[in-house]
Amino acid sequence: MAIIERPAETPEYVAPVPTASGTYGYLRRPVETEGWRSWAFTVDHKKIGIMYGVVAMFFFIVGGLEAGLIRLQLAGPDGTILSADKYNQMFTMHATTMVFLFVMPMAAAFANYFIPLQIGARDVAFPRLNALSLWVFVFGGVFLNTSWFLGGGADGGWFMYAPNSSVPFSPSNGVDFWTLGLQITGIASLVGAVNLITTVLNMRAPGMSMMKMPIFTWMAFVTQMLLLFAMPVITVALFLLMFQRSFGATFFSVEAGADPLLWQHLFWIFGHPEVYIIVLPSFGIISEVLPVFSKKPLFGYPFVVFSGAAIGFVGWGVWAHHMFASGLGPISVAVFSVATMAIAVPTGVKIINWTLTMWGGKLTFTTAMLFAVGLIVQFTVGGLSGVTHAVAPSDTQQTDTYYIVAHFHYVIFGGGVLGLFAGFYYWWPKVFGKLLSETWGKWNFWLMIVGMNLTFGPMHIIGLQGQPRRMYVWTEARAGEGFFNLGFWNLVATIGTFILGVGILLFLINVWVTHRPGSKTGKAPVDPWDARSLEWITSSPPKEYNFARTPTVAHLDEFFHRKYENQAGESDADGHTDHTAHNYVQVRTGEEVIQIEEDHADPNIHLPAPSYWPMVLAAALPVMAYGVIYNTLLIIVGAAIAVMAMFGWALEPADADASDFDPKPDGPDNGGETSKELANV
Amino acid sequence: MSDSLISETVKDAVDIVKDHADDEHVHEVDAGDHGHDDHHGGHHTSLGLSNTKLAMWLFLGSECLLFGGLISTYMLYRNRHSENLGPDQLWDIPFTSASSFVLLTSSLTMVLAVSAANRKDLRNTKIYLGVTSLLGGLFLAGQIYEFTTFYREGLGFTTSLFSSSFFTLTGFHGAHVAIGITMLVATIGMLQKDKISGDKAEAVEMVGLYWHFVDVVWIIIFTLVYLIPA
Amino acid sequence: MTDTLDTSSDHGIDEAHDEHAHHGPTDKQFITLFFILAAVTAAEVAVSYIDFGSADWLFLPLLLGMMVFKFFAVVLYFMHIKFDHSLFGRLFYIGLVLAAFVYAAALSTFQFFAG
Repeated sequence: MAIIERPAETPEYVAPVPTASGTYGYLRRPVETEGWRSWAFTVDHKKIGIMYGVVAMFFFIVGGLEAGLIRLQLAGPDGTILSADKYNQMFTMHATTMVFLFVMPMAAAFANYFIPLQIGARDVAFPRLNALSLWVFVFGGVFLNTSWFLGGGADGGWFMYAPNSSVPFSPSNGVDFWTLGLQITGIASLVGAVNLITTVLNMRAPGMSMMKMPIFTWMAFVTQMLLLFAMPVITVALFLLMFQRSFGATFFSVEAGADPLLWQHLFWIFGHPEVYIIVLPSFGIISEVLPVFSKKPLFGYPFVVFSGAAIGFVGWGVWAHHMFASGLGPISVAVFSVATMAIAVPTGVKIINWTLTMWGGKLTFTTAMLFAVGLIVQFTVGGLSGVTHAVAPSDTQQTDTYYIVAHFHYVIFGGGVLGLFAGFYYWWPKVFGKLLSETWGKWNFWLMIVGMNLTFGPMHIIGLQGQPRRMYVWTEARAGEGFFNLGFWNLVATIGTFILGVGILLFLINVWVTHRPGSKTGKAPVDPWDARSLEWITSSPPKEYNFARTPTVAHLDEFFHRKYENQAGESDADGHTDHTAHNYVQVRTGEEVIQIEEDHADPNIHLPAPSYWPMVLAAALPVMAYGVIYNTLLIIVGAAIAVMAMFGWALEPADADASDFDPKPDGPDNGGETSKELANV
Repeated sequence: MSDSLISETVKDAVDIVKDHADDEHVHEVDAGDHGHDDHHGGHHTSLGLSNTKLAMWLFLGSECLLFGGLISTYMLYRNRHSENLGPDQLWDIPFTSASSFVLLTSSLTMVLAVSAANRKDLRNTKIYLGVTSLLGGLFLAGQIYEFTTFYREGLGFTTSLFSSSFFTLTGFHGAHVAIGITMLVATIGMLQKDKISGDKAEAVEMVGLYWHFVDVVWIIIFTLVYLIPA
Repeated sequence: MTDTLDTSSDHGIDEAHDEHAHHGPTDKQFITLFFILAAVTAAEVAVSYIDFGSADWLFLPLLLGMMVFKFFAVVLYFMHIKFDHSLFGRLFYIGLVLAAFVYAAALSTFQFFAG
């Protein structure tokens, strides 16, 4: 549905009001504004963001249950809960689900929802492509998990090393579901990256230079650049594996002369940027949260920006640190070891900047702030163990032990996940119009902290005590001497897992208590935290069109500067001015700032219209994927649906018709500018 | 028009840091003020660029990583074949050179199509697009002929690492050509039926960028795969 | 010749001083470049047939040099990077350079360049 109101002073043409019958290519366009159809066919970045978040949260629980089963199996000696084969499937699917179906899409949820709002845009550059990314992800994630019911999940580890992942060693279809499922979700990521990069570069509000962008948008932007270039590499690896498994190619067959390291290189060239893809959005979130609850601007904003870019850049040069024990040879190992040590530097810069943001500030420990501080502490632990891996000789002992498992859970959970939770609590009132309970929130936080440290802390110890990864069972005989042996710490880790699980459950309970019918939680104020950035200059939740008028930006932390003025810096009796003085005095409330915008609302607001085609095209992909596994005919059927959907999409007129563009593309006052803010796609 | 986004961003950053070093807190960054076209009532873009064009170049940048991976796999495995089924025995350089020439010519006709579209000369745009797609089809036919010849001579997809890598690389390239031809023909049809909402010249240019990229990948493949001996 | 209604260009929003208008090669220049590229292709093929004898070290640089020339000729001129806003080129080159770097590094661990 496009809202068009033309001012009376343009007499040349009268824009037709779009109706369902008037706006079709070869299928009538959906126009519903209520009900499930308004969600299923929406191209609104906010609804898409929420759907990303809901589905990602579902997969978080799935991945968590898989983790729970793993820990139950290892709680005591000679576990019988999972057979060796089932155990392989469990840890493979746990990791795959958590990385690809939880953390990445949850970060995408935040990026989708907040990037346009933070840069003052009404939507992303390509709204239908945005919907496509969402549905491709959803269908891909579901497809991947149907493997559980169709012969078993993938069982080669989330890094799926070949030739172990080829048919003789992994005969079930699980690995095929994995390769095809990740190809599908990979499309979602790549398309999303193109979309968001274009949005950030080209759709910022007037006055918003790159160095005035909110820091979350910057970190999400670097993340998208990483995705853009990393996804094709794993695409190559996945195709080679698929051709090996399904069509008999010999890319990884040692007996045919292949080199298994080919897989490892291709996977980790993707895999290392991938971990920065996981953590940078969370770094961006806490870079927003910390200043707000310290009542101070982010310390060293340019340094935080450039260290993010540096991490993105150097992150391409370290991948073989995942291969130190694979026989690369001393020169390669030395080079990658040094590069890996180097990348600790920009990360350290961020930690310093976050800490100095809080230093001397007026701190309020809301739940969001707790999670943000939690990230700094927990990620640092993970980062320190990471530095010990960078030293190749010590890594040779650590690799393939639980010490590594400890490291990456501290950085992914302590870094990535805690940041996401900070984002939940911080932005919940903006997205949903209600504040989550702080009481439930604090219980949520502390149980998660206790739980995660009890779970992953001991893994450092058992790793150094010699417990290998991916080991489905341990015995008393091999558990080592003394009380604090493998047995003890494994039990502690399992108990920790359940505390962690309860902690996460408390989050869901918090959401339920806040939003259930009959909840006593009232409507949240529009600016509950006295925030700083542009996305808060909207109602809660924001209107469909985001901003009443496109804001003009004059500062970093624009919202803050509209509420507070620096009233120091006046000349004294001698006419000298002390430019170093600050005295920020509040001159307006957040509500007043928003009211001013609404009083000057734009008369013309164009919104992109909903569409069926993204969902149809997305649905074609699993059909093709099932075809690869079961029946070639399905590949053709799926491809036909995909081609038909692409043509339907291309033929579907943007919004109503060309006169919807303001000004007309070929009109007299165009002046040759191609401003495709809400593009055809 | 102001040029580099990157150098301006860096300059802004340096200015901010310098200001703070001098304890100056009045950093009025011009913000490059890239967006004062409010007389148009809101269709503002930060850089004055086409979103679609930006998106296409980003996509092509990512494709470098895709084809780079496939080319590297081939380069790694190019010598892993049996004695009588290697490049020296199989390649028909004159034929492949002719194919390459065909694809190169299609790049010329493509650029002439874009040029015609910019002149709003729809008739010649369609003609050049048509010739481009025919030449692309000819190239593809040549590839199919080549592959069936190799197959008959004993080089199947799974015959050796060399063969798997070769067919994967050239197969991906061929698939990209096929998609390109589909886009070319679709564009002709949509121009014919006036179904391109928005800038027609830009639509043609986008197809052109994709098509040239496919040609450029072939330039690399032709040299590395065919012309460099074992 | 492209004219001012060339809306596929990337005019700055400063329409006032828009001399950075959309120049580019003329059709004739494109055709000339095409013939150059065709000639270089023919040269490449010729080089692949020549037996360099003792000047063997010349072969690869010559061939790769011609390949690179053709690559950039198409990218800079046919794809217009030379005449468009620099951002397009930079985004593409990031991908290109990244690809060259990571794959060269990976291949070198396979002793690929060790002759």
